[in-house]
Amino acid sequence: MAITLKVNGVERSFDGDPSMPVLWYVRDMLNLYGTKYGCGTGQCGACTLHLDGIATRGCLLTMEAVADKAITTIEGLDSDGNHPVQKAWRAMNVPQCGYCQAGQIMSAAAFLSTTPKPSDDQIDQSMAGNICRCGCYERIHDAVAMAAVESSEG
Amino acid sequence: MRHQIEQLIEQQIEGKSLIAISTDTSVAINKVSRRQFLQMTGGGTGLMIGMQFMPGSALAFKSYPTGAEGMPNKTVINPHVFVNIESDGTVILTAHRAEMGTGSRTSVPMVLADEMEADWSRVKIVQAEGDEPKYGNQDTDGSRSLRHYIQPMRQMGASVRHMLEQAAAKNWDTDATRVKASNHQVLQLDDEGKPTGESIGYGELASHAMAMEVPAFEELTFKTDDEFRYMGKGDVPIIDLHDITTGKARYGADYAVEGMLFAVVARPPVVGATVKSVDSSETLKVPGVKKIVEIAGAMPPAKFAPLGGIAVVATNTWAAIKGRKALKVEWSESPHDNYNTPEFAQQMRATANQPGKVLRTVGDPDGAFANAKKVVSHEYYQPHMQHAQMEPLVAVADYKDGKLEIWAPVQSPYGVRTDVAEAVGLTPEQVTVNVSLLGGGFGRKSKCDFVIEAAMVSKEMGTPVKLQWTREDDIKHSFYHTTSVERLDAAIDDHDKVVGWRHRSVSPTIVSTFAPDPGITSGFEAGMGLLDTPIDVKNMSIEAGEAKSHTRIGWFRAVSNIPRAWGVQSFIAELAHELGRDPKDMLLELIGPARIIDPVAADMQDLWNYGEPYEEFPNDTGRLRGVVELAAEKAGWGQNMPKGEALGIAAHRSFVTYVATVVKIRTTDDGILSIPEVHTAVDCGFCVNPERVASQMEGAAVMGMTIAMYSGINYVNGAVSNSNFHDYPVARISSYPKRVHTHIVEHPFSVHATGIGEPGVPPFAPALANAIFAATGKRHRDLPFGKEVG
Repeated sequence: MAITLKVNGVERSFDGDPSMPVLWYVRDMLNLYGTKYGCGTGQCGACTLHLDGIATRGCLLTMEAVADKAITTIEGLDSDGNHPVQKAWRAMNVPQCGYCQAGQIMSAAAFLSTTPKPSDDQIDQSMAGNICRCGCYERIHDAVAMAAVESSEG
Repeated sequence: MRHQIEQLIEQQIEGKSLIAISTDTSVAINKVSRRQFLQMTGGGTGLMIGMQFMPGSALAFKSYPTGAEGMPNKTVINPHVFVNIESDGTVILTAHRAEMGTGSRTSVPMVLADEMEADWSRVKIVQAEGDEPKYGNQDTDGSRSLRHYIQPMRQMGASVRHMLEQAAAKNWDTDATRVKASNHQVLQLDDEGKPTGESIGYGELASHAMAMEVPAFEELTFKTDDEFRYMGKGDVPIIDLHDITTGKARYGADYAVEGMLFAVVARPPVVGATVKSVDSSETLKVPGVKKIVEIAGAMPPAKFAPLGGIAVVATNTWAAIKGRKALKVEWSESPHDNYNTPEFAQQMRATANQPGKVLRTVGDPDGAFANAKKVVSHEYYQPHMQHAQMEPLVAVADYKDGKLEIWAPVQSPYGVRTDVAEAVGLTPEQVTVNVSLLGGGFGRKSKCDFVIEAAMVSKEMGTPVKLQWTREDDIKHSFYHTTSVERLDAAIDDHDKVVGWRHRSVSPTIVSTFAPDPGITSGFEAGMGLLDTPIDVKNMSIEAGEAKSHTRIGWFRAVSNIPRAWGVQSFIAELAHELGRDPKDMLLELIGPARIIDPVAADMQDLWNYGEPYEEFPNDTGRLRGVVELAAEKAGWGQNMPKGEALGIAAHRSFVTYVATVVKIRTTDDGILSIPEVHTAVDCGFCVNPERVASQMEGAAVMGMTIAMYSGINYVNGAVSNSNFHDYPVARISSYPKRVHTHIVEHPFSVHATGIGEPGVPPFAPALANAIFAATGKRHRDLPFGKEVG
């Protein structure tokens, strides 16, 4: 039986392998390339997307687990790319190669939605599941802090 | 580096040059003659060699020779290749170097835009395909992009500016003295040189301007430093910033071709093993799996040839991964089945304790050691490392009708084009290589085995193929950073002076990937912190010991500089402790007085010098001392520290850039370490993009921390035992260096711009280890030394 789900607000139907991770579904079937493959084992966070608003690793999340659920990828975070986290990322010139950044942004956006005024330690703990091999951590930290301020003021 | 190494090795094989990589480590790549050196240091006229003076702006731009002329396909200086101006004024610039995170896709074209007085907000960047005859060398490696292209970019920018001015002058029927380009338009000037208020935009001038003859270099005028609009300012964000934050930026896997299939490959666990038998019955039952394809492998030295194995081709990546899991492959034996890294490390240590091949001698080292009051000796170990760039290897290949089109994240697209063409029996003219953004490279994406695999499978299948490496594939089947033991000895005299210095380096060589294994470090590897050491001791012996390679050795960001800085900079702090000296003072004393090292007198006339002419990019200890003093001052060196806090310092010249790092650490009673602050001083000559220099230094600190504390590749019976981030860990945001302060030594354009991608890495690990020693008394000599302070 086909699995139905919402991706970035659009109703979708899937009748393939129910054990397929959502990462490969959005990339290979929907050509939504913002969600990245990094490790396939939930250790690096490059594939982070939102499952009903909660940051989730797309490489471990199977299609059967998202039946009748709503997922949001980086493409669906904000129609103009102006989520406070995205704006803060640009203001801080965070990226180097940029590959991990969609996952970082999705983690940060979900985190701030539940922790609008985080401490420095909370930021670092919440973002510890996302690896950046270029080493942009200092700016990631500062961008999350900036987005928190922007969101609470906005 | 890729191309250049190949070229060096080819020259050697053909017996063309002085270079003798395989047997003679005293490699001559840039032989510096006595005469050249005297000209250089004698001041005045000697400096004029190869330089041209600009009419009216002699101080603004003196051209100088660089190593670009020694690179394959050199440089191309042709504005029609790099610049296109549309009638609406949009300026389209070609980025011909790959972008892997250093910012070169922004900073290199920005130089051209600045010199042509273009408004950056109206500039678009297009990425060049692999075509070196058209664009010049594209091998994005060796921290070379700005070092080699700042001059061509300025020249092309000045040419286009002149052409626009001439077109405007013609339009107004006036002469060139009555026009001036300024921020995307040409202004009309009156008799006194003041703007009349008349102007014409670049878009309107474009068709006439670009039809003008490109002026000769001698006819050009250049902006003075104070006229730069973007260079040196650091306020231009990277060109892909918005796309990266919205998920639109395209990396290697982000391309789809009609009818494309997806592949992953089962590769031999040990280099050199081949497929003995394969049972694909379960694989072919996996829904979506189409076929298996055997890929032929090659025993090193085989350059970038695939390892061989079985490709599983399917309708999506997941089916291919599942199909591979169900595959039963029996692999043959390999001559490298007995490679075990702990035992190999012991062998390297034993070799390091025996006299090695002498690469360089100063004074009478044997006498100094024989007569020493005391000899201090230590060994420093560094394991193999793997790049672990966030984007695992991937390539899309479409082989159709005797033509091949590639989309891939590659550092050297023209090298890929020629290598892939040869592998699938085409000519380079039949192959197109489109370059995506690189999700990190660090040297791994210089080697195109993964692209060749994709091309072979596409050819076999007759369909486009996206060939994806998993993280495990990436970690287990790489071209690895070499492992090494650096042995350092110092002879101390009755006055507690260091009067003898011996550095013996033992590590398998990169050359073994390209040519029969010479079993000893090569000339260009010796040129990275061994032969070229700035240490100023009266009696010195620089040596290399033998070590055979048992895997594919490649290069990793900063290459051999990592183990050399690890050894030398740790040892200096150990000597300081031994002699009751301050580590920074000891470092400065051993660097010696500010001087340009005479490579002949110092017995290092055969220095590689990163391919750069020594006269233009000499080893200047004044600049090394300068960064040491700057970093120390900014970090508050010498001040009293609270309990549990300490500073460590290290400095290193690499890729003709000078970097010193002071790491501040904090330890708690239970031994947990944190790094609240890092001060990095960098002297990279004229600095084009200070903001990206800072980001590179921040990233280098994080990578340096990973090298110091976390990551080492281990071999068990020939196979890499690491597999993913749980057993090949890298630094995370939970334990990063919190504040990296970058201090850039300011220079005008006349001080040659150098590169910045790699030089930040080498000093970090020793600076951290030195700080840990200062705080706790625990000395680490083996990398990685683990998360907690012992």
